Amino acid sequence: MDLAVHFRTAVALAGRFPALSGVDLDVAAGEVLAVLGPNGAGKTSLLRACAGLVPVTSGEAVVLGCDLRKDRTLVRRRVGLLGHAPSLYDELTALENVRFAVRATGAGTDRVGPALDRLGLAGRLRRTPAARMSAGQRRRTALAVLVARGPELWLLDEPHAGLDADARAIVGSLVEEAASSGAAVVLTSHEPDLAVPLADRVAVMSGGRVAEERAGGRGAAATERVLVALSQDDVDVA
Amino acid sequence: MWRDALLVAGKDVRIELRSRVALWQVLPFAVLVLVLFGFALGPGPAALRAAAPGLYWLAVLFSTVLATQRSVAIESGEGTRDGLRLSGIDPAGVFLGKAAAVAIQLIAVQVVLGAGIVVLFDVHLQTWWLALAASVLATVGLSAAGVLYGALSAGLRVRETLLPLLVLPIVAPVLIAGSRAWSAAVSGAVASGASWLKILGPFAAVYLAVGIALYGPLQETA
Repeated sequence: MDLAVHFRTAVALAGRFPALSGVDLDVAAGEVLAVLGPNGAGKTSLLRACAGLVPVTSGEAVVLGCDLRKDRTLVRRRVGLLGHAPSLYDELTALENVRFAVRATGAGTDRVGPALDRLGLAGRLRRTPAARMSAGQRRRTALAVLVARGPELWLLDEPHAGLDADARAIVGSLVEEAASSGAAVVLTSHEPDLAVPLADRVAVMSGGRVAEERAGGRGAAATERVLVALSQDDVDVA
Repeated sequence: MWRDALLVAGKDVRIELRSRVALWQVLPFAVLVLVLFGFALGPGPAALRAAAPGLYWLAVLFSTVLATQRSVAIESGEGTRDGLRLSGIDPAGVFLGKAAAVAIQLIAVQVVLGAGIVVLFDVHLQTWWLALAASVLATVGLSAAGVLYGALSAGLRVRETLLPLLVLPIVAPVLIAGSRAWSAAVSGAVASGASWLKILGPFAAVYLAVGIALYGPLQETA
């Protein structure tokens, strides 16, 4: 089994403060992991550590075969992070933002148009500066960047936040397509009923560690079973 | 590195053309500095002509601070800073690209200021190549130093007020050497003017080299 993420007692600092305090986690290629937990549990820090944006100071942290403690910059070009704040330049249009992000990785721009179409950004909308877009449209553009880049590891921080029902459905299908193409997906959420149905596995974080791990819930019945089990065990998932 | 630099420079220039901050804020500010210093010196044409090179370079220096602040602001959002780091672009390419974009703005400012000192102060260059050489070297040095110190202050909440404090003392040699070279270009004293290029050249080379080497670590810590 190829592991996209392999963390053992990984400790990471955000500034001077501990962001992760001993995370043990494996994510296989082609697997979807939903990370749940209350605010401050370490979900975002986990994604940022996987992307090489938060330095892992001790423990073992290997992403896409690269040791994050030695060569985290090598990992960055191969992962795609959808953060809370979309990586967009306000003055550039959706098309220009996606094209810049793709060109920066050295990839061809032939996937830019289809990626924008996939996210429903067609016609005048793709020529609209990001500053004039709604929060949902900005998030769609940020997702189009990921689609056009086609990363090996998708890191989605609350991907459903601020999106309408149509876009939420697109997120679901993107996650499935990414996993079926062999990419690993790690997504965080405060909405277990949206995240769990997409996931092969569910991890619940608390205090900067992975406190619980469960099998995921693809399909309505499996999702219901996971959510009921988490609630019966009084696990704080949101 | 050069491909990345071209990409980043193109992006920054495009953003500046859209936002028109350079056109509507930096350029008018530079002209205003020139005019106000002219008022302070009084109406004597001889005094104005003598002071013109110094006033010109003071206005260029202040414009450098504004253009650098704008360059830093483009990447100041949490998302855009992360996006640039995740793109895999060579940090040296980011540095060179951002410095090139600032340099293009400074060239535009200098063209307008050059016309300004001709019209307002009746200054005429005797040795135009000396002034041009000084401007080219100074522009490279100013943009490289500005972007480097901009990266140093990027992650700080007080960066708007800190950046002038960091940049202006550091670029004082450019003010001195640029003013002297331009004074020599006005009077036609080529030999004395050319000697000031020996300060501007190494200044530009050192800040380009330091920027290429340090921009990556600064980007990580900002």
